[in-house]
Amino acid sequence: MGSTSAHNDREGVGRRDLIKRSAALGLITVPTMGFLSACASGDSGGDEKVDKGKKTKENPLAVNESAPLEIVIFDGGFGTQYAEDAKAVYEKNFPKAKVKFSSTQKIQSVLQPRFNQGTPPDLIDNSGAEQMDMGVLVGKKQLADLTPLLDAPSIDDPAKKVRDTLRPGIVEMGQFDGDPVWIMYYAYTVYGVWYSQKALDGLDAEYPETWDDMLAVCAKAKKKGIAGWTYAGKYPYYVPFSLYPMIAKVGGREVLDAIDNLEPNAWKHPAVKTCFEAYYELYKKGYILKGTPGLDHIQSQTAWTEGKALFIPNGSWVENEAAKTMPKDFDLAVNAPSGIDSSDKMPFGTIWASGGEPFIVPAKAKNSEGGMEQLRIMLGEASSKNFTSSVKSLTAFNGGTDGIELTPGLKSGVAALDKAGDNVVNPRIQDWYVALQKEKIGVGGLGEMMAGRLTPVEAIKKIQGYADEAAKDDSIQHYKHQ
Amino acid sequence: MQHGKYRFIVGFLTAPLAIYGLFVIWPFIQSIYYSFTDWSGLSPEFKMVGFKNYTRLLDDEVFWKSLQHSVMLVVLLPLVTLTMALFFAFMLNVGGRRRKNAAIAGVRGSAFYKVVYFFPQVLSIAIVALLFQFAYNPNSGAINSFLKAIGLESVQPDWLGDPDLALWCIFAVLVWCTVGFFVVLFSAGMASIPKDYYEAALLDGANRITTFFRITLPLLWDTVQSGWAYVGILALGAESFAVVQIMTVGPGGPDYSTTVLPLYVYQKAFRDGQAAYATTIGVALLFVTLLFVAVVMKLGRRERLEY
Repeated sequence: MGSTSAHNDREGVGRRDLIKRSAALGLITVPTMGFLSACASGDSGGDEKVDKGKKTKENPLAVNESAPLEIVIFDGGFGTQYAEDAKAVYEKNFPKAKVKFSSTQKIQSVLQPRFNQGTPPDLIDNSGAEQMDMGVLVGKKQLADLTPLLDAPSIDDPAKKVRDTLRPGIVEMGQFDGDPVWIMYYAYTVYGVWYSQKALDGLDAEYPETWDDMLAVCAKAKKKGIAGWTYAGKYPYYVPFSLYPMIAKVGGREVLDAIDNLEPNAWKHPAVKTCFEAYYELYKKGYILKGTPGLDHIQSQTAWTEGKALFIPNGSWVENEAAKTMPKDFDLAVNAPSGIDSSDKMPFGTIWASGGEPFIVPAKAKNSEGGMEQLRIMLGEASSKNFTSSVKSLTAFNGGTDGIELTPGLKSGVAALDKAGDNVVNPRIQDWYVALQKEKIGVGGLGEMMAGRLTPVEAIKKIQGYADEAAKDDSIQHYKHQ
Repeated sequence: MQHGKYRFIVGFLTAPLAIYGLFVIWPFIQSIYYSFTDWSGLSPEFKMVGFKNYTRLLDDEVFWKSLQHSVMLVVLLPLVTLTMALFFAFMLNVGGRRRKNAAIAGVRGSAFYKVVYFFPQVLSIAIVALLFQFAYNPNSGAINSFLKAIGLESVQPDWLGDPDLALWCIFAVLVWCTVGFFVVLFSAGMASIPKDYYEAALLDGANRITTFFRITLPLLWDTVQSGWAYVGILALGAESFAVVQIMTVGPGGPDYSTTVLPLYVYQKAFRDGQAAYATTIGVALLFVTLLFVAVVMKLGRRERLEY
């Protein structure tokens, strides 16, 4: 049609039309392109912080009373109710402030673009499978130093600093190199060997303190058709929850520190080999639930609550996470990992406990004082108690369990912590080198060994190789124990 | 008579070309640009680092593993899928016994089979992957339960938990959900081949195999070739990513046995905060894709047959 309907007198106009059209198109395209590249790495927006408020006794962080506050919470095993309750307190204290609260399971998808644009929210619970890499955030100076919060008076007792009300290890966990504290871990997780006290009683057995006893209990269970152990086969990085503290118990804390520091031959320590061989024996003697390497964490927990296996390495969130399938009379309990024998360097009771649910205040947050104030509220006794009683987990606040009726798992976790005393270890490889810990050591090394496809010696060699690689890799930030 | 022809063509082409340029070409250029930076994806600041990401790529064991798996998929998936689809389509349309009134026909019940084959195509790939994840569960999954039911109690593989099997498990799912589409596509192609050819061949005493290789395949070649490129790109990109990401939940299967290029791009960009390195892997993926299409076009070139 075009070729027949065109008239001679319009010939010239056509060409001009074309130019006009392409110019118009250019006009649309250029800003659109600008917009697109802003999406990828915008440098717009950003540093317009709100003015500070007046510093008073009630308001030690000098929060601007009328400034809006934005909170984003990870909606995971702990839900969001606890954070909403704390938000209500903030709203009560600062009635003029507009608080925007949202929750998501996909922290990274939701927040990564906002970090890129320089307009992040004021307080984030950076947790879950889609956690943003803390090392990168710190390395790129995207986080605010939380030291003012730690030095502020606590909400319950103005004579005490927030820092002095926290459980041991919490402040250190929020540091990377040097003094600034980048992360406030809110939950307090007890890792270890989880089991049903009822099932153990049914076998007429006690929780084993040495490995020989452990094998004896597993043999007893096997006779009754119960597997000794199961674990999250597709995520074998759950195995370290009991294996790492066992290594510390057998060889001393320094072994784990050397591993965290990526020192050469850290994994070649005899204690590591002893513990690997102990776990490998579980496989060789057939004490691991059949099919375990193909199960994910939920499937393995379900098999365990159904009584198909006795022990599972896990963290204290399991009580909430497995609540649906756990029988009423399960009598959940946790214990520190069994050692080898009495020649171990640390006593029985040595356990892994550390912070969970990392809260951060972005460096570019508009209302960072508000974000920190919200954390100060959450770290008070009332909010902490509310958290513990509703989601069955401890918080970073030291105490806050008085007067609450503790669930069996929580009670046993508190008892395990009491028993451990100072013998609490905290392997940092888990939060310093996520990829190394989870997929290389976890899936590539431990997972293969527990499935019987690598011997302990081969597994150690492979893992040492991974660790050396990570130590050399300058695309990741390296950290050392202070 | 030609007046305004170009104006007409250009007028119609500018808008789509501009959109294509903006949303397809421009992001490509952008990614290539970012592959020379140290952008983390978590902050707006970055600087140029030259070829550092590329030299790192050469030493990256996981990258080579992903590449190997992606190449394996791109070679084998079209081969298996298209061979099966051709076979099924031939049987459904031509391969049946001779019946009254019709010289050529499909096997009995072919209309029903067509629906059955096409069915997986209706399901979202995410649903398919989830369903098969349950089926592969070594403890209570359908496959091992079936093995148990027929008395094979001793054969209870870990499926997705076994590095030797995991990739093949995924391969099977990919075949399962792509074959049906090509059965229907090839059936449509075969329907347009004149029946006289088959009748003449039958009169000459040709059997089914000869008919297939001498008549059906040559006349269907164009369709097969585009199908080849299409499955290959599915195998390199979207489908393999979705299936691997959902089914082998860990970091790409036990011991990296199922990791593929698009998954590795995703992990580097959205888990490890190394967006620049991810774009570098993306550039590598771009080259593999272009190479694949070039090979298909080159190998597939045949004389055009007209009928």
